[in-house]
Order: sequence, then C-alpha cells, then structure tokens
Amino acid sequence: MSVFVIRRLMQSIAVVAVMSFIVFFGIHIVGDPVDMLINPEADQADIEAAMHALGLDRPAHEQYWYFLVNAFKGDLGRSFIFGEPALQLIVQRMPATLELAFAALFLSVLIGIPLGVYSGLHPDTLASKTIMSGSILGFSLPTFWVGLMMIMVFAVILGWLPSTGRGETVPLFGIPVSFLTLDGLSHLLMPAVNLALFKMSLVTRLARAGTREVVHQDYIKFARAKGLSPRRVVLVHVLKNIMIPVVTVIGLEFGGLIAFSVVTESVFAWPGMGKLIIESIQNLDRPVIVAYLMITVLMFVTINLVVDVLYSVLDPRVRLQDIRA
Amino acid sequence: MGSNAPTLRVEDLKTHFFTKAGVVKAVDNVSFSVDRAQILGLVGESGSGKTVTGFSILGLVDAPGRVVGGRIEFNGEDIANADEGRMQTLRGNRIAMIFQDPMMTLNPVLRVETQMMETVLAHQKVDRKTARQRARDALGQVGIPSPDERLAAYPHQFSGGMRQRVAIAIALLNDPDLIIADEPTTALDVTIQAQILFEAQKLCRERGTAMIWITHDLAVIAGLADKVCVMYAGRIVEAGAIDEVLDHPVHPYTRGLIGSVPSRNRRGVPLYQIPGMTPALLNLPPGCAFRERCPQADGACMAEPGLSVPFDGRAVRCFHPHLEAGA
Repeated sequence: MSVFVIRRLMQSIAVVAVMSFIVFFGIHIVGDPVDMLINPEADQADIEAAMHALGLDRPAHEQYWYFLVNAFKGDLGRSFIFGEPALQLIVQRMPATLELAFAALFLSVLIGIPLGVYSGLHPDTLASKTIMSGSILGFSLPTFWVGLMMIMVFAVILGWLPSTGRGETVPLFGIPVSFLTLDGLSHLLMPAVNLALFKMSLVTRLARAGTREVVHQDYIKFARAKGLSPRRVVLVHVLKNIMIPVVTVIGLEFGGLIAFSVVTESVFAWPGMGKLIIESIQNLDRPVIVAYLMITVLMFVTINLVVDVLYSVLDPRVRLQDIRA
Repeated sequence: MGSNAPTLRVEDLKTHFFTKAGVVKAVDNVSFSVDRAQILGLVGESGSGKTVTGFSILGLVDAPGRVVGGRIEFNGEDIANADEGRMQTLRGNRIAMIFQDPMMTLNPVLRVETQMMETVLAHQKVDRKTARQRARDALGQVGIPSPDERLAAYPHQFSGGMRQRVAIAIALLNDPDLIIADEPTTALDVTIQAQILFEAQKLCRERGTAMIWITHDLAVIAGLADKVCVMYAGRIVEAGAIDEVLDHPVHPYTRGLIGSVPSRNRRGVPLYQIPGMTPALLNLPPGCAFRERCPQADGACMAEPGLSVPFDGRAVRCFHPHLEAGA
C-alpha cells in the first residue's frame, strides 16, 4: 500500500512539473498583458519601464526559472491588476468555490445514489422511468439556462430564495462559510442544485446501471439464500459493489465541478474562484491565471490520488495487485 | 421435528416461467422426499429443471418465474405458500444452499468474516464475538488451514476449491436440517471434487442433515447418494434407490445416460449417444417429452405418460419401461 502511494505521489509531482511548463509558456502565447495595462497613449519609454517593473523584459525561459524558484517559496507572483499576491487572491475566494462544489457533490450523491439504486431494483415501474427521463434532462439542459430559469421561478416569481451572493457567513476554523447560517443556506441552495444537476444525473445512471448488473450476480442470490434481510442485501451487498464505479467517477468529476462552477458562479454572482478567473482572463492578468491553473492542476492531481487510494479501500482486488507490483 | 416425517417432501411441484414468448414449465409435477441423514441425487441435463427445483424450495425463484402449484413440506410445514418473512427465517438457517460456481457465490468486496458472521447474526441472537467463533469453527470443519487468519481474507485470496469450502462452511453455520447442493463440484478439479464429496457425506451422516445433491454427472452421485431422481424436461422420469437405478435403469433416458458414461468394462466399444437434443421447454409438445429421442417410442407415446411403479421402490414415467433383468 505505501509503495503504491509513494509511486503515485511521484507520478503526481511529474504531472505538476510538466503542467507548470505548459501553463507558463502557453499563457505567453495568448497575448501581451502590457497592451491591456498601459495607457494606449504611452510612449516607448513608459512601456519599457512598465515591462521592466513587471519583469516582462526578460527572456521567457528566465521568467520561467524565476517563477519556479518563487513557486517553491510559495510565491506565485503578484496580480498585475490588484497588486496583491496572486495566491492570496485565489485562496481568499477558494472557500466559496469549494463550499459550492462540496454542496453540489453532497447533493448529487445524496439524491443520485438512492434514485439510481431504486430504479435499478425496480426498472419497470413508472417511478423508475420518470427518474430516468429526468436524468436525461439533467444531462442535456445547459447549466446557465437552468440557473437563469431557477432565478426566474424561485427568486423573481415566487420570491422564495435570494438570487445572488453568498448571504451571511460565519467562520469555521477561520474560513468563512455560508451553510451554517439560515441566510447563507438559502443563498447556497440554488447555485448548489444548479451545479449538482449534471452530476446527479450521472450518479443516478451509474448507480442504476451498477445495481441492475449486481442484482443478477450469484453472490446476491447467495446472500438471499443465507436468509439476510432485503435491507442488508441492498445496503451492504449491492451498495458496496456499485460504489466502486460511483466513487471513481465522482472523484474524477469533482475537478469538473470546480471547473463548471465558473458558469454557475457567474449566473448567481457567487464570489468564488470562477468569477476571479473569468475577470483575470479578460484582463490578461498572467500571474492570477497561472496561479489559478497551477492550483487547479494540484487539486486534480490530489483528487486523483485520493480516488485511487479510496478505490483500493473499496475494492480489495486492487490491493492485491499492488502487492504484486 | 416430526420423528417419522421426512425432512422434506415435495409433491406435484410446478414452477413456471411466464415469458413474453409463452409459458416455460421449468418444473412440472415434481415429487420426491428426503429423510434425515439421507442424500438425494437430482440428475439431469442442463435445463432439465434441477436448479429451479432447488430455488423453488427456498422460495428464491425470480420473476417471471413462479411456483404455481404443489406442496413443499418442510418438517411437516407447507412452505410453498409461506410468506417472505417466514422464508427468510428458514433460508440459511434451516435450509441452506450451495451454488454451482464458487468463483461467483461470494461477494468480492466483503471479507469472508463479514459474509460468514452475517449469516449467523441474521438468525441467532448472539454477539459478534460468538458469531466470529462459529465462523472460525465452521472454516476449520471444512478443512481450511489456519481459519483464524483466513477469516480476515477476501474471496479473491482463495482458490476455487477453497471458496467452495467457504460456501459449504456458510451453509453449515446454522446447522441446517436440509442442504441443497447445486452442482457444487462441477467447477472444481477432480481431486478437490473427491475431497468435497467425502466431506459432504461425512457431515451429512454425522449431523443427520438431509441433502439434495443436484448434478448432471451420474458418476458423482454414484458413491454419494442414497436415492436418485432423474429429471428430463422439467419432469422426473425415473426415481429409486441409487444402486438399483444404476444397475437396472428402466427408463430409456436413464439407460441412455448410463450408457454414455465411459466404463472400464466396455473398453474399445464406442460410447452410446442419446440422439437429438434436449427439447426447448417453451411450448413443449404434448405427450412424452423424450419421445423424439427415444428408440422405443411409438403411437402410445403421443399421450403423456404418468408416473408408474413397475416394481417396489421404483417410479418411472414411461409406457415402455425396460423390465427385463440386466442392462
């Protein structure tokens, strides 16, 4: 097990290193931030002075080296726009995004798995067919449109829920969170459901497919032949088997949740990383974009690592292969 | 437990599958009984209804199948129409089943320990420690070395033969009155097969457990069972004491089956083959189901033969049983 984790850790470091290279040089191709920052009337001397101040007059490989050295010290550069450290800017907005993403994940698992298992156990009932049709809608309706419709119905017409913002936050371990106050929760609900819709459909379908496959296995019939209650057969014997694909996909899709939150955050004016990155891309604020991408890469790599470890906890057969490897 | 009543008596059991294409009579008017410490061999080809008979007794026939008639008397109680709650208390407790493929019967993601302990805990009010001890003892009984360590293992860490032993240990956990073994040795190699057969017989005799041993292999039950029922197309075609049936089969199908087993006494002679194939059970034509493949078939066989008793201790479903002495 520890050999497995160490090996995966080294692979992860290699991925981060390669990504930093691609991100850094890729962003240089996109455009020159000086054009955006400087007054169009400025003369050559002003432009050069500005470029020198930002370190943009040095050759790209030198800038990369400088970036790497600083990155190791935990410094990902200063925002051209805000003048604040890029990392700090992102970290300030991260809790909002993570809260939203976790809330969405929680909803999609909490609703998706029971729906999927139910329709897998009773595939021919009307309820099951309704669930399946619903999941097609969840897949195919665009997130931003659903978000706008939700605001229309629940905020504008019915007036039940607030349309934008985070609401009242309270600190939890020094991090501001919304879900602990009633006001915050009412602000969180709509964006979380909006972001969760796609994943919920995915989880429902995975759980249903898994259930339908597993219930016909001999070991399920054997479990019933042992005289176990239907409850235990479903909750232990079926559920633990279908969790293997579900956990894999949920884990891999968690990065997607954070990425997709860009859309939801824009629609609901949720003050998270997604909004920041959209603004930074518009202003070509290189350090913020690079820092955001690096953090996203780190998150993806970490999530994948966690999923692999979790997977081996769920599926004992994976564990054995690692001992052999 | 009734002292004289058989552990299990099945009477005119009918299990039909209601498919879109029609009714499949997988089990049709099957009757037999098993006493304490007795082993009944249920022999037949694939699709002859052996396994469905086993599942019918446990009340585990899945839709679109259903037990549509007959009595299943277990220790004097009719369980053919018992409710699910009653069946749940019997399954794994008084009636246990061992499945054909040991690679598929154990849940791959649960420890052997969990799968054994839940069987005890589902039926008895004991604490987890006692349940674990029972599980360990049962593993020891079926000949699994160092059972304490093996309990914590997962099914994939066992070989096929060992997994079948685990399945047998699970069946034994609650000391059942009846064990239904559905071709438990088919997937195993011959040496393991012999060990399992020996142990099954020993346990049956020692504990007085009644056993139904389902198989397609006459050789397997030749030394194991006390009596045998030969099934063909969902019906019992011949039943009797195992030695007598093997020595003097009277139904043409049984005769064909025995004739097609390789034997040392007929070296060099080509093996007998039953011509044709098992009929599809869907919309079986009227009359004797074996008619088309039978060398003795004539006009009489267009009607359905009843179960007759040509001589004491034998039942046969045929108009032309082979009654001359010697085979």
